[in-house]
Amino acid sequence: MIYQAILLLPLFGAILAALMGKRLGEHAAEYTATGFLFVSAALSIFVFLSFFVFGHGHVEGPVKLFQFLDSGALQVDWSIRVDTLTAVMLVVVTGVSSLVHLYSIGYMSHDEHRPRFFAYLSLFTFAMLALVTADNFVQLFFGWEGVGLASYLLIGFWYKKPSANAAAIKAFLVNRVGDFGFALGIMAIFFVFGTLDFTAVFEAAKGQVGKSLTFGGYEVDVLTTICLLLFMGAMGKSAQFMLHTWLPDAMEGPTPVSALIHAATMVTAGVFLVCRCSPLFELSPTALEVVTVIGATTAFFAATVGLFQNDIKRVIAYSTCSQLGYMFFAAGVGAYQAAMFHLFTHAFFKALLFLGAGSVIHALDGEQDMRNMGGIKKKVPYTYWLMVIGTLAITGFPGLSGFWSKDAIIESAFAAHTAVGNYAFAMGVIAAAMTSFYSWRLIFMTFDGKHRGDHHVLDHAHESPPVMLVPLILLAAGAVIAGFAFKELFIGHEHKEFWGAAIVNLQAHTALEGAHHVPTWVFFSPAAAMILGLLIAYVYYIEFPDLPARMAARQGIVYQFFYNKWYFDEIYDFLFVRPAMRLGHFLWKFGDGKVIDGFGPDGVAAVVSDWTKSIVRLQTGYVYHYAFAMLIGVVLVATWFVAGGAK
Amino acid sequence: MSVILSLTTFLPLIGVAMILLMARGPAGDMLTKQIALWTTLITFGCSLYAWSLFDPSLKSFQLVENHAWLGGSIRYHLGVDGISLPFVILTAFLMPLCILASWTSIETRIKEYMIAFLVLETLMIGVFVALDMVLFYLFFEAGLIPMFLIIGIWGGARRVYASFKFFLYTLLGSVLMLIAIMAMYVTAGTTDIVVLLEHDFPRDMQMWLFLAFLASFAVKLPMWPVHTWLPDAHVEAPTAGSVILAGILLKMGGYGFLRFSLPMFPDASVYFAPMMFALSVIAIVYTSLVALMQEDIKKLIAYSSVAHMGFVTLGLFALNRQGVDGAVVQMISHGFVSAALFLCVGVVYDRMHTREIAAYGGLVNRMPIYAAVFMVFTMANVGLPGTSGFVGEFLSLVGVYKANSTVAIIATTGVILSAGYALWLYRRVVFGELEKKSLADIEDMNGREIIVLAPLVAATLFFGFYPKPIFDMTGTSVEATLENIQGKLQAAETAPTEPTP
Repeated sequence: MIYQAILLLPLFGAILAALMGKRLGEHAAEYTATGFLFVSAALSIFVFLSFFVFGHGHVEGPVKLFQFLDSGALQVDWSIRVDTLTAVMLVVVTGVSSLVHLYSIGYMSHDEHRPRFFAYLSLFTFAMLALVTADNFVQLFFGWEGVGLASYLLIGFWYKKPSANAAAIKAFLVNRVGDFGFALGIMAIFFVFGTLDFTAVFEAAKGQVGKSLTFGGYEVDVLTTICLLLFMGAMGKSAQFMLHTWLPDAMEGPTPVSALIHAATMVTAGVFLVCRCSPLFELSPTALEVVTVIGATTAFFAATVGLFQNDIKRVIAYSTCSQLGYMFFAAGVGAYQAAMFHLFTHAFFKALLFLGAGSVIHALDGEQDMRNMGGIKKKVPYTYWLMVIGTLAITGFPGLSGFWSKDAIIESAFAAHTAVGNYAFAMGVIAAAMTSFYSWRLIFMTFDGKHRGDHHVLDHAHESPPVMLVPLILLAAGAVIAGFAFKELFIGHEHKEFWGAAIVNLQAHTALEGAHHVPTWVFFSPAAAMILGLLIAYVYYIEFPDLPARMAARQGIVYQFFYNKWYFDEIYDFLFVRPAMRLGHFLWKFGDGKVIDGFGPDGVAAVVSDWTKSIVRLQTGYVYHYAFAMLIGVVLVATWFVAGGAK
Repeated sequence: MSVILSLTTFLPLIGVAMILLMARGPAGDMLTKQIALWTTLITFGCSLYAWSLFDPSLKSFQLVENHAWLGGSIRYHLGVDGISLPFVILTAFLMPLCILASWTSIETRIKEYMIAFLVLETLMIGVFVALDMVLFYLFFEAGLIPMFLIIGIWGGARRVYASFKFFLYTLLGSVLMLIAIMAMYVTAGTTDIVVLLEHDFPRDMQMWLFLAFLASFAVKLPMWPVHTWLPDAHVEAPTAGSVILAGILLKMGGYGFLRFSLPMFPDASVYFAPMMFALSVIAIVYTSLVALMQEDIKKLIAYSSVAHMGFVTLGLFALNRQGVDGAVVQMISHGFVSAALFLCVGVVYDRMHTREIAAYGGLVNRMPIYAAVFMVFTMANVGLPGTSGFVGEFLSLVGVYKANSTVAIIATTGVILSAGYALWLYRRVVFGELEKKSLADIEDMNGREIIVLAPLVAATLFFGFYPKPIFDMTGTSVEATLENIQGKLQAAETAPTEPTP
């Protein structure tokens, strides 16, 4: 029952908030949804604790709820699978979600559509929980698309803003491009394995090594194809290189949404998918190499774009994108445990940074451009110090959570001793320096120096109410201790017992073990990178604050290229969006209009229209005409049969 | 012998008889509407009663009625199996909603309008329960007449052009099908569908019989490239006409393939499957792209219907369990979803009298209930899991992937394109500021409109999470049909090749 409660309470909360919002009053809707989530979170923590109090990696048989699909060999149930991987995700999802619910009571207090907002938030949480508790690929896909729906609804929450609407559609569409691969992957799995249940598929995976299947007319390796198709879905959901364009735009949504969906939970679903499918990915070296390269490239690419963004939320969005890249290349070198560990710690400090940014935006009356901020340290002291903690955590300050998880990833990449591993290591270290730079740049531009915006806004700037600060404090506590407290379980000596069967590693994949025995220079390189980034940021934004503006004014090629996000949006618009529209228009006007109708009905119509006009009154003439022809036909047939029958 | 099928089929005609007795004028019109509503509700009740009598574990046709008719060789033979029963129920389910949807929007010739709809209901149910080819043909073709009248009399400005197009396409198809039926009678000596399902037609004959039936079913479904009548017909038809057109009439094509073409001409079906796949994926990609560019809400939904029917033909000709199950669920789901989408268009059309997308925008500001309902069906149209749209689309794709992965790859691009046109439509109509002066006083859905759409919301979500009732109803019959087809195909393979003359 406890599992059902965790999964369904957020759904009930969503339904109640949506249906009763008007009747019960806005506060009742908020408190109901938030209360249900806190219960769900408490139960999740209980489940998580019971995992290593009552036995490590203890897998209960999936709890079957009821049957979903029943079509010959294709049997799919709604069910709840709880293993270590799920338990970790349950804590992350319900924990962050409940805090974000609480925070939103304060943050959204001036919004007139609060019941709708809380309904969406809780709906999202339900879909995310359905995703992480799935025991088969179809339910996983349900959760996958469900969180996509919630993301779409929440990005477009302020539906009057054209930019929010555009961002919402973009998010859904780009995700659908990934889902195109994901869906094909599921079809291929059913084709190959004859089932979509995790347990059965993972058990049979070994038997498919080296086999090939025909896909799109080509003979390809079974497992590599399946893994790459699934990974395509993961790339969309987790905003990886080439399918990342939607994530920065998604910042159009309210800030609590960015914290919950676009930082801590939904975007990590791709990482979860790869880790969940480790029994498949482990068997396909090619797929793992692709995952590593894409992850490492994203870590680097997103960091470069983050360097010069001026919107406070966009900086954090690119940072998220980059951190997700880290998680993927960790998985790619076989260190799924490190990927999950970073997912876990990242949830704390990234949600903290986003909610902190929200607190700043709230204080400055909706201002998001960091060029109009500065000098508010004294005005919002709690927010400031909490943001600094988040920044220390993300940049990997020794002892804080990011230090344990990020360094483990970078060291694992090195310890993989493969070409792609070395590439990932290099990208990881460079990106770590850039992470440090843009994270401190954000702090300095926002809080330090002189205020650059409207002084009326500064005068009104105020610290956020406790209902917003309490979640920040709890997240900050997590950002400080989560790494140290859980490193032994996640990636330390106990990790095999902790993860149990939830994560599978081939004997040959020893990156995680090797991470504990890397050369000293490798061990210190992330820290060196962090200090380098901090120093540059300090020089640029504290010592010589007019330097960045001068650089921006010079419009160097590199600056332009990074600032404009490597021109991905423009390229996609040119390559896909506009051609699709042109083609659609052409097919409609020329294909349907000129060719099909021209030779078909309209052509015939032109020929017969002369005599038609003279004989038949238009209006409903054809109908009677047709009815008459029918009648004659029927009579003829009937006669023919009657005559035949009489014989 | 049960008469429940005859009752379900012809009950609407009793309503017609009663309506004929009504006087003209406001009082008579009101009574007419009520009679029509109650007739369709009772018919729906009958169809549910038929469902309760139906034993889903039996392979054979059930609730059979078989009487001599027309000279002995053509019999009045009715019956249902798991493939036809869902469509009977779907028809009876949508009908009361259509009557309610027309409650105030139809102002002229109400008597005739209701009669047309009730006659149409009889003819549509007849199509699904007929077990004699000639009887089937009569219902199948005669159904067009009330539909013509509905478009032609209560339709929009270009109704003549629309009906002409419809006429031209269907006439060709129906003539060919009639000839095919005659040929089948000559060869097999019967027009009884149950007997014909077991009959082995010679391979060569199957080929042209298949093509003759294809001419009729492809137009009905419609398949690319004979689809261009559909957008025009939808645009001109009144709301309830569109609902029936999209919800039921299109399904007759898919039902026809599954009932006749596949089991009666299995060799030809296998032979032509690549062509059917090609036409289907063209339909999915082509019409989705076209839908993207539409400026008229109804046209956009009409084009999206063609794309969705593409999944039906894909699933059917995959000739495996998942494909056929998917096709059936897709047809039923599309019956809810497209019907609901046209009803949604009707809601705003009744207020603004335009279907131009550009005339709308920001409706959510004044119509929150409408926005929520429209969102549910937009997502179902996109095939979001949790709606019935997903189940059908997913199973057909799984089925067709087994048959041909390339086809599945191209068809799956439909999931991207459908999201494109559906969300863009929603964004332009519902989201944004309410800027247009004409929309300033627009009212949200009234009680009647909510009653019309609520059952469809419920059905779409219920079967999205729990489609099992459909699988339970159809499973045995689909399996039996596939066994029949496989058996015939194997027999054809092992049979000694005929000596060439």
